[in-house]
Amino acid sequence: MKAAVVVFPASNCDRDVHDALKRSNGTPPAMVWHQDASLPEGLDLIVLPGGFSYGDYLRCGAMAAQSPIMRDVIDRANKGTPVLGICNGFQILCETKLLPGALMRNASLKFVSRDVNMTVEGANTMFTAGYKPGQVINIPVAHGDGNYFADKDTLDRLEGEGQVAFRYVEGSNPNGAARNIAGIFNEKRTILGLMPHPERHSEPLHGNTDGKAIFDSLVKALS
Amino acid sequence: MTEATLTQAIEHGLIESEWKHILRVMNRAPNLTELGIFSVMWSEHCSYKSSRAHLRKLPTTAPWVIQGPGENAGVIDIGDGDAIIFKMESHNHPSFIEPYQGAATGVGGIMRDVFTMGARPIAMLNALRFGEPDHPKTQHLVSGVVAGIGGYGNCMGVPTVGGEVNFHKSYNGNILVNAMCVGLAKANNIFLSAAKGSGNPVVYVGSKTGRDGIHGATMASAEFDDASEEKRPTVQVGDPFTEKLLLEACLELMATDAIVGIQDMGAAGLTSSSCEMADKGGSGIELNLDKVPCREKGMTPYEMMLSESQERMLMVLKPGREKEAEKIFKKWELDFAVIGITTDTKRLVLKFKGETVADIPVTALADEAPLYERPWEEPKRPAPLGPIAEPKSITEALAKLVATPDLASRRWIYEQYDSTVMADTVQKPGGDAAIVRIHSTQKAVALTTDVTPRYVQADPYAGGVQAVAECWRNITAVGGTPLAITDNLNFGNPQRPEIMGQFVLAVRGIGDACRALDFPVVSGNVSLYNETNGQGILPTPAIGGVGILKDVHKHATIPFKAAGETIIVIGETKGHLGQSIYLREILGREEGTPPPVDLKIERRNGDFVRELITSGRVTAVHDASDGGLAVTIAEMAMSSGLGATLTTPAGKSHVEFWFGEDQARYVVTAKAADADKIVADAKAVGIPVTKLGTTAAEHLKLDGEDPFPTARLRQLNEEWLPKLMAAS
Repeated sequence: MKAAVVVFPASNCDRDVHDALKRSNGTPPAMVWHQDASLPEGLDLIVLPGGFSYGDYLRCGAMAAQSPIMRDVIDRANKGTPVLGICNGFQILCETKLLPGALMRNASLKFVSRDVNMTVEGANTMFTAGYKPGQVINIPVAHGDGNYFADKDTLDRLEGEGQVAFRYVEGSNPNGAARNIAGIFNEKRTILGLMPHPERHSEPLHGNTDGKAIFDSLVKALS
Repeated sequence: MTEATLTQAIEHGLIESEWKHILRVMNRAPNLTELGIFSVMWSEHCSYKSSRAHLRKLPTTAPWVIQGPGENAGVIDIGDGDAIIFKMESHNHPSFIEPYQGAATGVGGIMRDVFTMGARPIAMLNALRFGEPDHPKTQHLVSGVVAGIGGYGNCMGVPTVGGEVNFHKSYNGNILVNAMCVGLAKANNIFLSAAKGSGNPVVYVGSKTGRDGIHGATMASAEFDDASEEKRPTVQVGDPFTEKLLLEACLELMATDAIVGIQDMGAAGLTSSSCEMADKGGSGIELNLDKVPCREKGMTPYEMMLSESQERMLMVLKPGREKEAEKIFKKWELDFAVIGITTDTKRLVLKFKGETVADIPVTALADEAPLYERPWEEPKRPAPLGPIAEPKSITEALAKLVATPDLASRRWIYEQYDSTVMADTVQKPGGDAAIVRIHSTQKAVALTTDVTPRYVQADPYAGGVQAVAECWRNITAVGGTPLAITDNLNFGNPQRPEIMGQFVLAVRGIGDACRALDFPVVSGNVSLYNETNGQGILPTPAIGGVGILKDVHKHATIPFKAAGETIIVIGETKGHLGQSIYLREILGREEGTPPPVDLKIERRNGDFVRELITSGRVTAVHDASDGGLAVTIAEMAMSSGLGATLTTPAGKSHVEFWFGEDQARYVVTAKAADADKIVADAKAVGIPVTKLGTTAAEHLKLDGEDPFPTARLRQLNEEWLPKLMAAS
């Protein structure tokens, strides 16, 4: 699998996801600077990592969505190249409209960092084939703006089309997200955005390896 | 240039003898810019004029110490060419005035201290002290400080992994915000601040200079009064995004060999960075202030030199390397300006619009700063505590204690800090010490901050010893070998002999403990004048410790692992209730002497426990501290959801046995089959051990009392802080 991780000036999970991809894939992903005009040719996967991209003093991900490299990311995504957006990466995907909806301030108005349980709603995709449908997995969240919001029609459509990828287990929604949504796919299931950080539960020393299956699934599907 | 006057000097926080000293070293009256420079360099905050004489007595060396106090941070060798760079620093006064920005810039400042030496920050900790929970300002201060620490650290992408929080009325008017940063560097690529050589370019990088924070260092060197809120303009505003860029740009430049010396612009900004760099390099510096990147028009030399705008660095480069360095800083979209040159005059010379606006001998500012042997007196020792009556129920008292301010769960706080970014956090907040893996290795560091201010208040020497011992013990309890500390000494007004007495004796205690435990001080910070209207804080010398785990897999954690295991306490329980949490919270008495620490026993017991951990013979470990054995075991139960069945040894007072805060103790669990051998091994080397009982399914059950559900205990422990913060 030939993967690339886009690095914004205040990305701070770029190294973590680099390491998780390398562990699953054997070879490391390319690291692409935000001011570059284009991504490497022949990519199988583009990753938008967590962090604060340009400081996120404006809406999270709003400025990153306008950065030079994102034109190529959007172009490739529209042509079918798979994209994984984690945390800030999910926010950027919503800001570019590659995914529907928006991530608002957490309902508590506070940053939240904790391990949360979520169910795998959409198995059998290139991102989630390694999980059983309905499996409960434990993954850390760390964000101030993870409160997923979309209008009722959009939410109904996401549910109806099976585009909800992960859902917080009832009672453990850390941010007030509509219908406990933790992550969603685009219609074609080639793009996944999620707030929790699978790369932080991807090796035994993390105390839990529930996140590893996402990277393993991608390697299996895209190699 | 107009000459400054004595009146202006006093307005700048100097005293008459210091003014006379300036006239002597200058051989003339200074102008206002020069006076401003003297006033910040000779402030308590920058000059350590009351504390220096005592700090010199601390032990600062060991074979693994690469750099002791005197640089931006301390450096220790952790093997394989790796070095840990760390320091703790206070931001108390600004955080009280503007909690969010005060705490945020405290985090930013200490991170710069660490990465300016060539390290990538890998962990943050913080030691916080607030006033009484129901004081009208406490809720606002807790909420602002925690959000500020999170707001800065989370954006930087450095995990905040540990710390401590106390509440006490003595902090009502002076909260303490002490932040510790731990960074990782290569031992052969450490950057120092000396501006060596003559004719080297002096370069300014980072954010532009604004009018914020002027006189911050002077504010931090004075007591508060009722008008302190008017000092809000002296608090700086943090920009973690720029700091993140500055970090990456500095580390990128540090991978080349272009840098001669580098120093962050912290307290007293451009003044202290340029003076200290020149002083350490034995050189002079000439700055052209027209070149300083300014945020506002019309800034005067005085304002530029005293501004404490954040996210700025001063560097001395090798000649001819400016272009290469500039390219890196432009890539990160940061200001880069050659603003001066090093000289061989040993003078700080400032030019502005073609005129010389300041010309000061550098040694006068740094080395000849005033040094005071302030008079001090031995504080009165409290009388030993008499006998304490047995409560009706130990279990009921325990259920109360776990929901008191100093023992309640800190989850509401630490969940606002990203504790897992960088994907190397092995022990998250909630353990005895945090454990952070050294990236791409099997090694890890164990990190903690500790002090028990009520002990230091009752007996400053014993309290100083105890703070170091507890820090050492917490590192040991996770399986780490303690290596070195940073100290953050928070005290009241040193011009009062009783406060100075607290300081002198606590530092003496810290020094003695560090010597006995081979645990040297490699960096630190002093914060004095933590007083409002003549009321000082509890003396609070916070100790930040670093230890090493050679094999990260061989570590211990607090939670019980299974029912039916044997619970053992390593170390002797005499039942010392003086200055205990039980006495204060259940009986409302702050009395007696603090528990004594025997450093030989401390070391012996700790070395024994560490060996149990690394050889895999124990399943859980927790050091016994605040609240004694009962609270220690309750914490092991609450964190696991399991329970325990406990027996009080015959002939012991129940209240003393379960709530006494005797030192050098660890509660461990072991599989029943392994327990006897552990007890025998301990006894063989003369360590007192007692079997306390066994782990159980879901209740805490003390002999002769009703069982208490662990889940209920946990609920009481968890709900106290959220309730406090939700109250309006």
